[in-house]
Amino acid sequence: MLEIKNLTKRFGNKTVIDDLSMTVKDNEIMAIVGPSGAGKTMLLRCITGLESANQGTFFWNGNQFDPTNTDQKDTIIGIVFQDYQLFPNLTVMGNITLAPTMVKKLPLDQVKQTARDLLGRLGLDGKEDLYPFQLSGGQKQRVAIVRALAMNPKILCYDEPTSALDPALRDEVAEIILDLKKQKMTQIVVTHDMDFAQNVADEIKRVEQID
Amino acid sequence: MIQYIEQILPALLSGTKMTLSIFFWTLIASIPLGALVGLGLIQRFKPLVWLLNIYVWLMRGTPLLLQLIFVFYGLPILGIIFQRYDAALFAFILNYTAYFGEIFRGGFQSVPKGQFESARVLRLSYGQTIRKIVIPQVFKIVLPSIGNEVINLVKDSSLVYVIGLGDLLRAGNVATARDVTLLPLILVGIIYLALTAVCTIVLKLIEKRENIWQ
Repeated sequence: MLEIKNLTKRFGNKTVIDDLSMTVKDNEIMAIVGPSGAGKTMLLRCITGLESANQGTFFWNGNQFDPTNTDQKDTIIGIVFQDYQLFPNLTVMGNITLAPTMVKKLPLDQVKQTARDLLGRLGLDGKEDLYPFQLSGGQKQRVAIVRALAMNPKILCYDEPTSALDPALRDEVAEIILDLKKQKMTQIVVTHDMDFAQNVADEIKRVEQID
Repeated sequence: MIQYIEQILPALLSGTKMTLSIFFWTLIASIPLGALVGLGLIQRFKPLVWLLNIYVWLMRGTPLLLQLIFVFYGLPILGIIFQRYDAALFAFILNYTAYFGEIFRGGFQSVPKGQFESARVLRLSYGQTIRKIVIPQVFKIVLPSIGNEVINLVKDSSLVYVIGLGDLLRAGNVATARDVTLLPLILVGIIYLALTAVCTIVLKLIEKRENIWQ
């Protein structure tokens, strides 16, 4: 269970997130919806430690943690960026195995096996040796999901997962997210797409722009 | 004429050896050093950036010829004495590192911020990120500009004559003055063309290899 307590994020004198508290239960999907500029992405950036919050505390299963500290033993949060941010100079397999082998020092064979299983589950068989520029948008997104999952995070976050996809692919992402839920993955989905949120989420948190 | 060419060729080839030696060692040292300077130029620690900017300004703002003379004739006044060859290498490496540094700075700045963030969320360290993700992308971006400098370096190496080193151009000059014929200099031109042609082909091959990803 992830708990966020009294999170506040300011830039200068502009408050982007004001005293937000929320709880994400295990194996559930939490959707965060709201209009552009409501601070959804900023919330995700605070959770993933890319921005440090002005105030607020994070707890994983009751233990406080600092998302900006990259030295911790386990990966708690994984994220799939809106524009995926795959590494263009590495193959699909290279993208997935880089962090587990370098950060967690896992043996390459073992990581590759895990990667192949995950790629197969997401319909990416045989794409191991392609470079990101050879993939479609939807495929890139699924590689980004596999790359995040390979670090074995406790929670997987998505930033606007449907924004770059056509409607058919939108349903596909929904299926992937729901499938991962069956595998007991806790997920946070940031989106402005209310229909999509209602399709996948167990709980919807609405955020509004602060005047 | 063939006989004459045979007669002066050993001197020209020995000059070529000096030219290649300056060329080779300057590249080996100044490309990695340039990458470091480029990395330094994008840091947030301002004093470092100022220092590096002054260095780059000095090196790019004065003629390489002047720098050569200064290193060989000027530094001994401060008690730093170089052999001719070492002085030449020192000046060339200092000069080319500055140019490569600026090229690499541009390369580093064109890697999207998202790549750094993506690596950070995967908990890669800064060093790992630079080595495995940023440098390979930067290398591909800067390759054409580096290629330009490499070709320039082949020809710039002829400046070492000023501190009395016997390179290719000097060997040709000596023969021309002695025998009152332009033929040695034509040969010199052909050898320079051959050297730059080899460089061009090698650079193209490297670019081609880099083109497997985009």
